[in-house]
Amino acid sequence: MDIADFLLAAAVFVLATVALGLTRILRGPSDVDRMMAAQLLGTGGVAALLLLGVATDMNAITDLALVLALLAAFASVALVADARRPEPEPVPDDAHPEGKTRT
Amino acid sequence: MSAALIVDLGLTLLILGLGVWTVAARSNNGAVVGYIAYGLLVALVWVRLAAVDVALTEAAIGSGLTGLLLLGVATRLPRSARLTRPPTGLGTRLLAGFLSAAVAGGLAAVVLLLPDPAPTLAPSVAANLPATGLGNPVTGVLIAFRAIDTLLESVVLVFAIIGVWSLAPKDGWGERPGWLRPAPLGSALTLLAQLLPPIGILVGIHLFWTGATAPGGAFQGGAVLAAMWVLAMIAGLARPPAVSRRWLRLMLVAGPALFLTVGIAGIWLAGAFLAYPVAYAKPLILVIEAALTLSIAAALGLLLAGPPEHPSAAERQP
Amino acid sequence: MTLALTLFTLIAISLGAIFFLAGTVGLLRFPDTLTRLHALTKADNLGLGLIVLGLLPQVDWPVGGLKLIAVWLVVLLAGATVGQLMAKAARSDAWNGSTDLEPPR
Repeated sequence: MDIADFLLAAAVFVLATVALGLTRILRGPSDVDRMMAAQLLGTGGVAALLLLGVATDMNAITDLALVLALLAAFASVALVADARRPEPEPVPDDAHPEGKTRT
Repeated sequence: MSAALIVDLGLTLLILGLGVWTVAARSNNGAVVGYIAYGLLVALVWVRLAAVDVALTEAAIGSGLTGLLLLGVATRLPRSARLTRPPTGLGTRLLAGFLSAAVAGGLAAVVLLLPDPAPTLAPSVAANLPATGLGNPVTGVLIAFRAIDTLLESVVLVFAIIGVWSLAPKDGWGERPGWLRPAPLGSALTLLAQLLPPIGILVGIHLFWTGATAPGGAFQGGAVLAAMWVLAMIAGLARPPAVSRRWLRLMLVAGPALFLTVGIAGIWLAGAFLAYPVAYAKPLILVIEAALTLSIAAALGLLLAGPPEHPSAAERQP
Repeated sequence: MTLALTLFTLIAISLGAIFFLAGTVGLLRFPDTLTRLHALTKADNLGLGLIVLGLLPQVDWPVGGLKLIAVWLVVLLAGATVGQLMAKAARSDAWNGSTDLEPPR
């Protein structure tokens, strides 16, 4: 078997397993579980891209993997931060009938 | 080749499934996570189609930054809008479904009815690329052959910022954007926000620079730079600048303004709007791309930072 | 020599793929959020690490190899810190067991 074929097959395998993990997005139960599935997809996507890049001899794919790794980290942080930040409600809505407690 | 066919089929099924789930998701946050994963898979499809340029853009802007923009909006919706299903009737939803199906059917028909071989401008791009001094045909199309599209896209970003800023409350005008208040997540986040941006800035500049000869370019580089800036802001290592700052506004318009100036100068120097004098094409394009990268990074970062708010807006909330 | 390197590639990448499988199985089968996080980090660190290790003999040095290592280091750094953040989020009461209909707040 050609080494490129093996790399391609490995990329498919990694993608398939990671995609299986995506059912966590469907099942949850918490948002952290969903993020974990997305994070696993990010890492698996990076791995598949690296394998694909070497298998097809396209150097640009490695750049894409690098960008993906950076942005996956950033997205995970932003997802957690957005949910954890004590956020003001910008629009007074019916949950607060008196409106804002502005001073 | 059957292995490749299996990959493509699997990817297609995954994307369809994830798309359906994203639309049907019961929580906004879950839908956004699904959307980000969906964008990631679409980027992989572009790689399979050997369009690494598009894959880069999709991963950086389509999935990453747009997903976070949606997330920012989702977490800021009033509680009532977040908890309930959208108040649309069955008829509206059927109509929306019908229209979506019509668009999908129309697209499928167009693809299936394409003459063989499909009409293409690729040979003329390849023939004229040497005149620009560039090695990457995609950058050639974006900055030289279809420069007007790219110019308008960069202007649209400025308009988007104006739109976000006009949502400022009455007492917030001229203050700092308020969406990216530091999250209380401890020292792990601080460490990441100290170590990742130097790498990210290097990668962003690399993407802009390599865009001349290989996949990359101003939008991709700008998106990575913006992500690193926002990361520093989330960790509390950098504060969003007040929107009244002159340097910030200059940075936002530098790219489109320079592009436009060079374009207008082209009327006299090269005989047409947005034409480059052949001897200076490559350096001019590089300078424009550099300015565009900066402006795009600033614009994308500020889009995520949200409208300006009065500094006391954080404390006066219940 | 070439044969040894090829064999090394095959073994390392196969091991890496197995770690991805293990991470996915853990993510799907483990009973609660924190144990699932434990499974996920194995795929992040070891799975990708072994695949990068296996790819190293197959690329041009130094640029290609260093880029691969850089990708792994970025994922390693991000995985370690994001794992901390997610664990923190999972342990806080507002998040634990939040359902589809409760916004995480």
